[in-house]
Amino acid sequence: MDIAEEVLKGNRLALSRAITAIENEYDEATEIMKKLYPRTGHAFVLGVTGPPGAGKSTLTDKLAREYRNQGKTVGIIAVDPTSPFTGGAILGDRIRMNGLTLDEGVFIRSMGTRGSLGGLSHKTADAVKAMDAFGKDVIFVETVGVGQSEVDIVKAADTTMVVLIPGMGDDIQAIKAGILEIGDVFCVNKADHDGADKLVREINMMLDLDDHGPVQQNSTQKALADQFHHMAVGGSAAAGNAPLGYWRPPVDKVIANQNIGVKELIADIEKHFAYIQANGILAERRTKRTKDEMLDILSSNIGKYITGKIVDNGRLDGYVEKIKARETDPYTVVGDIMKEMLR
Amino acid sequence: MEKKIRVLVAKPGLDGHDRGAKVVARALRDAGFEVIYTGLRQTPEQIAEAALQEDVNVVAMSILSGAHGHLFPKVVNLVREKGMDDVLIIGGGVIPDSDIPALKEAGIAEVFTPGTPTTDVVKFIKEHVKL
Repeated sequence: MDIAEEVLKGNRLALSRAITAIENEYDEATEIMKKLYPRTGHAFVLGVTGPPGAGKSTLTDKLAREYRNQGKTVGIIAVDPTSPFTGGAILGDRIRMNGLTLDEGVFIRSMGTRGSLGGLSHKTADAVKAMDAFGKDVIFVETVGVGQSEVDIVKAADTTMVVLIPGMGDDIQAIKAGILEIGDVFCVNKADHDGADKLVREINMMLDLDDHGPVQQNSTQKALADQFHHMAVGGSAAAGNAPLGYWRPPVDKVIANQNIGVKELIADIEKHFAYIQANGILAERRTKRTKDEMLDILSSNIGKYITGKIVDNGRLDGYVEKIKARETDPYTVVGDIMKEMLR
Repeated sequence: MEKKIRVLVAKPGLDGHDRGAKVVARALRDAGFEVIYTGLRQTPEQIAEAALQEDVNVVAMSILSGAHGHLFPKVVNLVREKGMDDVLIIGGGVIPDSDIPALKEAGIAEVFTPGTPTTDVVKFIKEHVKL
């Protein structure tokens, strides 16, 4: 079968095979992506990140059901860690999402990180595109359980939700750099546990120290942004006196496994998406994403091309011998290769 | 280009625990496979659909309750109906030897009973998987 064509027709097995081709970097993956690309750019991509055991999968399950109730189709990419020692992985996020398996409007795919350290796998972004082209309205990208600095999700998602739970440290944790800087919406899950209110307070204090930065807007965007800002203020406990046109991330208390607070959370997520659309921030983020992606593909292809040439014609070993004998050095050799190859 | 073996470890039926499935999942992980585990009490329909969405090379099922004669063949049929002809389907758990020939007849490539070293399962998968 022509995988790309079948994906565009809505064939689920083809979508599954396309993601495998992408993940394993099969030769046909590039051709598939070329055909799918024109049909991408329609889905809303929601990033879900947070420490292990915070409830990311459970929340994803609950949020996905809400979107389904709204009549939207859902794709879910759930990333779990690959062992750096054996290359194996246990991908267990589906356990929390079993109720979605037989819903034809939902497609769930588990991915191992396969050596990537930023909380996603290198191929997550392309898998998102495949689901986008397939026609999914909302695509969840659930990261591995993150520590403090795995922030690749912001590059892949339109809106990033950071899920936290009480009991993981004192208030100094909240002002550290890393994942707490990337939340567009914060969710304090397991809010029936001790310390939930304290955690909400600490996150709010941290957020109130942020400079949310002036945003360049035209008059229409400003009017829309004012409107959404107003909604955001109404929707979150401590949106305070942030200037108009700024996004002050809301902090929502949720008990995911009892489905408490999920509707309010989804309302805040949608407000954020409406806000970044109205402000031109979404367009800006997508421009940057396209640029980064193009440069990534370019440098990776050039790298592979040149490395392949040097290894294939057996010159690598010759260079290594000369460098070891100190007749030349790696910097000169690489300079010569670049000059020769990129003439 | 790297072909990674993906295995769905599944528990059809109403078993009360999944200790054995977890031991096998862990052994497969250590063999370098990507193991998708979906937890207890799955219907054959859920297992087949998960196999499709995850594009697995292997479905490994475990049953302790005695329902293997009904549930294993059902999963085989559903997986094949979805167009996944080359997926290797294996089973394990508390299964009397006398039931094994019928299961194999129904499309279960191999049945692993209590006491099987996990290395045997890994070896069987490596030898029979179609990538």
